[in-house]
Amino acid sequence: MFNKFDVLETIEMIEKEHLDIRTVTMGISLLPCIRATAEETAQAVYDRVMRSAKDLVRTAEDLSREYGIPIVNKRVSVTPVSLITAAFPEKSALVGRALDRAAKELGIDFLGGYSALVHKGTADYEEIFLKTIPEVLSETERLCSSVNVGSSKSGINMDAVRLMGEIILDTASRTKQRDGLGCAKLVVFCNAVEDNPFMAGAFHGVGEADTVINVGVSGPGVVQHALKFIPDADLTDAAELIKRTAFKITRAGQLVAKEAAKRLHARFGIVDLSLAPTPARGDSVAHILEELGLEVVGCHGTTAALAMLNDAVKKGGVMASSRVGGLSGAFIPVSEDIGMIESATAGRITLEKLEAMTCVCSVGLDMIAIPGDTPAATISAIIADEAAIGMVNNKTTAVRVIPAPGKGVGDEVSFGGLLGRAPVMPVHGGDAGRFIRRGGLIPAPIHSFKN
Amino acid sequence: MRAVVTVTGTDRRGIIAKVSGFLFEHNVNIEDISQTILGDQFAMIMMVDTSESREDFAALSLALSQMGEKIGMTVRIQHADIFDAMHNV
Repeated sequence: MFNKFDVLETIEMIEKEHLDIRTVTMGISLLPCIRATAEETAQAVYDRVMRSAKDLVRTAEDLSREYGIPIVNKRVSVTPVSLITAAFPEKSALVGRALDRAAKELGIDFLGGYSALVHKGTADYEEIFLKTIPEVLSETERLCSSVNVGSSKSGINMDAVRLMGEIILDTASRTKQRDGLGCAKLVVFCNAVEDNPFMAGAFHGVGEADTVINVGVSGPGVVQHALKFIPDADLTDAAELIKRTAFKITRAGQLVAKEAAKRLHARFGIVDLSLAPTPARGDSVAHILEELGLEVVGCHGTTAALAMLNDAVKKGGVMASSRVGGLSGAFIPVSEDIGMIESATAGRITLEKLEAMTCVCSVGLDMIAIPGDTPAATISAIIADEAAIGMVNNKTTAVRVIPAPGKGVGDEVSFGGLLGRAPVMPVHGGDAGRFIRRGGLIPAPIHSFKN
Repeated sequence: MRAVVTVTGTDRRGIIAKVSGFLFEHNVNIEDISQTILGDQFAMIMMVDTSESREDFAALSLALSQMGEKIGMTVRIQHADIFDAMHNV
């Protein structure tokens, strides 16, 4: 049983500290939709998504009302489209557009899975598919794309890394009227997970059940608020408090995930134990790090503080949920976190520090604006560095950078809503072109041979 | 369904009367009431059972919050499971 203080604590978390369920994401397998032609396949894909997710938004709204906790986003992830269109890859855009149309009609904010998994090699049909990404992202509104270019087990596909640098630049240029918005919907992964509920990197893995519900929780504000009460505690005690807070946040996610799965006749997939910030004040991961005693996020000590935070979130969350997965950890997207935005604007956090931070938290270089004239090879090199961190450390890493068309350091890009705004950050001017042009596969590290 | 009604705002006369009157009219049974003062804020927490109410939960929730606005208080009703989940191992 709970007491009146528990009730008031929950209400305070929701109303004053931005506790919410960040996303209820329905994963849908598209494998039964493959037909003889692209047109028939696109129709089958549209029909299946519309049928499977028809009650998603309404159910999430019902749950939100009954439990009194906001459910911010309702989303769908699908089987990587490159697998569905393998027989007619040049027409993949038809399926992409069908998915985007379904997303709009369902009233969901994003649909992820215009994706390809090329971590060990790029098939001919996959290369053709990858080249459709810029056009599709510029023509669609809610469709998200991700590409897995490496894994701890397979190494890093450097040919795909080289190509992704070019694809990111092309996507930015085709969406230049909106600050390169297309790139905010495109993630390059190493060790991509198959049950990620968060965008833009969500897709429904082929090892997954037919229809599943994955839930991502949030609550940086709740953690920051709790830490305010122990300003002088040592870090062991701070970690304990974060664990306890993460437990409560995750339990709310577990409850919603199980109930949503039941009502939508889907399997309960996973709860992603995440601290996902928004650009709103009081909803910032950077401010948690500052609450721990850093003057500004990005200063020396940031990596250690983030490592502790990330680990404590996982430990608290693991006990709270029967099924844990996704990315699970603290997110550090620059444009989506007011503390990050302010530090980056003041020039107090650098790309190099952000890279170091990605060694100890979930995901990677996320929502970072870089100069529009950054060469493709430099973007590929940024991807290669991140992928190497993921590969060697057996963790997911990702790159979602936005080369802001026509803009340079000192300018700002603005996407609005949850995608936020970001100052353009400087990249290293040295040329990695010859390294990137070598191509081939960076072999998997020795410690990956575990069989 | 077991639910929790919470009423928060500046303390004034007649809050319990108004809220319990509303719940009576809507066939919601009050099982427990407690209240507390946090600073200058009044907080009342009621455990209720909505199984005899003929209205669906969404309509009940909306009507309650509208009634709350009229008396200048924030009134919510939430499924008890959310508190059980968050505060019990």
